[in-house]
Amino acid sequence: MKVRINHDVCQGHGRCYDLAPDLFGDDEEGFGQVLGDGVVPPEKEREARLAIANCPERAIEVIEES
Amino acid sequence: MPLDERFPRDFNETRENRPLGVRNEIVTGPVSDWSTDFSHLEDEWSDDPYVIQDDLRERCPIAHTSRFGGGWLPVRYEDVSAIAYDTKRFSSRAIIMSNFRPPKELAPIGGSPPISSDPPFHHDARKLLLPAFTKTAVGRQEPATRAFCHSLIDAFDGSEVVDAAADYAQHIPMRVIANMLGFPPEDGPQFAMFVENTLEGVNLPPDERIERMSLLFNYLLAQVHDHLDHPRDDLTTYLINAELYGRKLEPSHVVGTMALLLIAGIDTTWSAIGASLWHLAGNPGDRERLVGERGLLPTAIEEFLRAYAPVTMARLVKEDMHWRGVDMRADDWILLSFPAANRDPEQFERASEVIIDREINRHAAFGLGIHRCVGSHLARMELRVALEVWLERIPEFSLADASAVTWASGQIRGPRALPLRIG
Repeated sequence: MKVRINHDVCQGHGRCYDLAPDLFGDDEEGFGQVLGDGVVPPEKEREARLAIANCPERAIEVIEES
Repeated sequence: MPLDERFPRDFNETRENRPLGVRNEIVTGPVSDWSTDFSHLEDEWSDDPYVIQDDLRERCPIAHTSRFGGGWLPVRYEDVSAIAYDTKRFSSRAIIMSNFRPPKELAPIGGSPPISSDPPFHHDARKLLLPAFTKTAVGRQEPATRAFCHSLIDAFDGSEVVDAAADYAQHIPMRVIANMLGFPPEDGPQFAMFVENTLEGVNLPPDERIERMSLLFNYLLAQVHDHLDHPRDDLTTYLINAELYGRKLEPSHVVGTMALLLIAGIDTTWSAIGASLWHLAGNPGDRERLVGERGLLPTAIEEFLRAYAPVTMARLVKEDMHWRGVDMRADDWILLSFPAANRDPEQFERASEVIIDREINRHAAFGLGIHRCVGSHLARMELRVALEVWLERIPEFSLADASAVTWASGQIRGPRALPLRIG
């Protein structure tokens, strides 16, 4: 599984880095950032799906399904 | 240091030469039909807006009123979100639905940037604030916030009944934002008055409303002058020195943003902490479960934010238009109810129930789109710490007198009197 954040849509609610801190971080203005290359290890898929499902702006995209 | 002559001493000096806005007749009293005559300033709404919103969602999802010079109330998530995203057709020039529309010339900056600003100015004004409100930045306030929460509970000093709204919830955001702005912590009682004047004084006669607002702005100007004389590391000094487009900010921008941070920083979180404690006091099953399973606190907090979202915003329609079945006129208000959106069964399963372990919770308590609450990370920190400390110190509590609970009227809803039995 591979994810990315659509920065035209992200408003910095921060749900992704609250719920999946191993996969997402924030920049100096609080907008979400994918940590690393966006590849989600199998054991972190549940976290990734929680982050996706809780983003109020629907800004996280799955670009490759597992 | 060169004198900074941007700032007058008296707010009324800044009002001269300003373009005039438009006032309408003030209409108060019981609502005849919520689909054609709604008012968020009447007791029936503050007592329980959800019954009204649920009913409207079934029969008239975009309600109208002639009060406030005309306005609309959408209650479906899809309509609320569409308006929040559509900054071309809906302006933030005014965000408190009242009997006064500020002059069109005030756009795109508005009276309290960036919440009152429209693109493209909005982006630049907001960018100035974002770094101070990231999760990391607000985390630096957490130890002092926690210690302050403990000191508030220490002060209960064996009382059997305490007012969790007036003696606990209220003080937490006041202390935090006063610290961030660099205002004296003992000015809290004045802040409470400013908040009430701004948000609940909407239907007062115009002269009285202006007089009350000038109390707030004269206080802020005094703080600006104190910071000019004694610069320090806080948001007020930061705003005084901040630059946009190669020059320092207009004085109205500095003071308007200070007003925004003070008012929006207090009333909202005060309401969220109070509503969460009110829920737990009235629902012992949820309270016991949360005390026993602290790991549920993150989902519980999001659920309280969804179900009891404190903040409703407003917009002004830019041009006459037909929108989703209704005929909107230029300068009609939109009462943008995030609380109503958060209880739309089309968006949330079991929308009317409070489910403290709800895992999927795409709520809109902090708004949607470019105006996402700039203080959301601060609010979440304060709410979490306030509940952690309360549950640790007072795991058993209940409503002392359910009929004595009162709720703020207007666009920010939360308990203002909340007597809880803690002994």
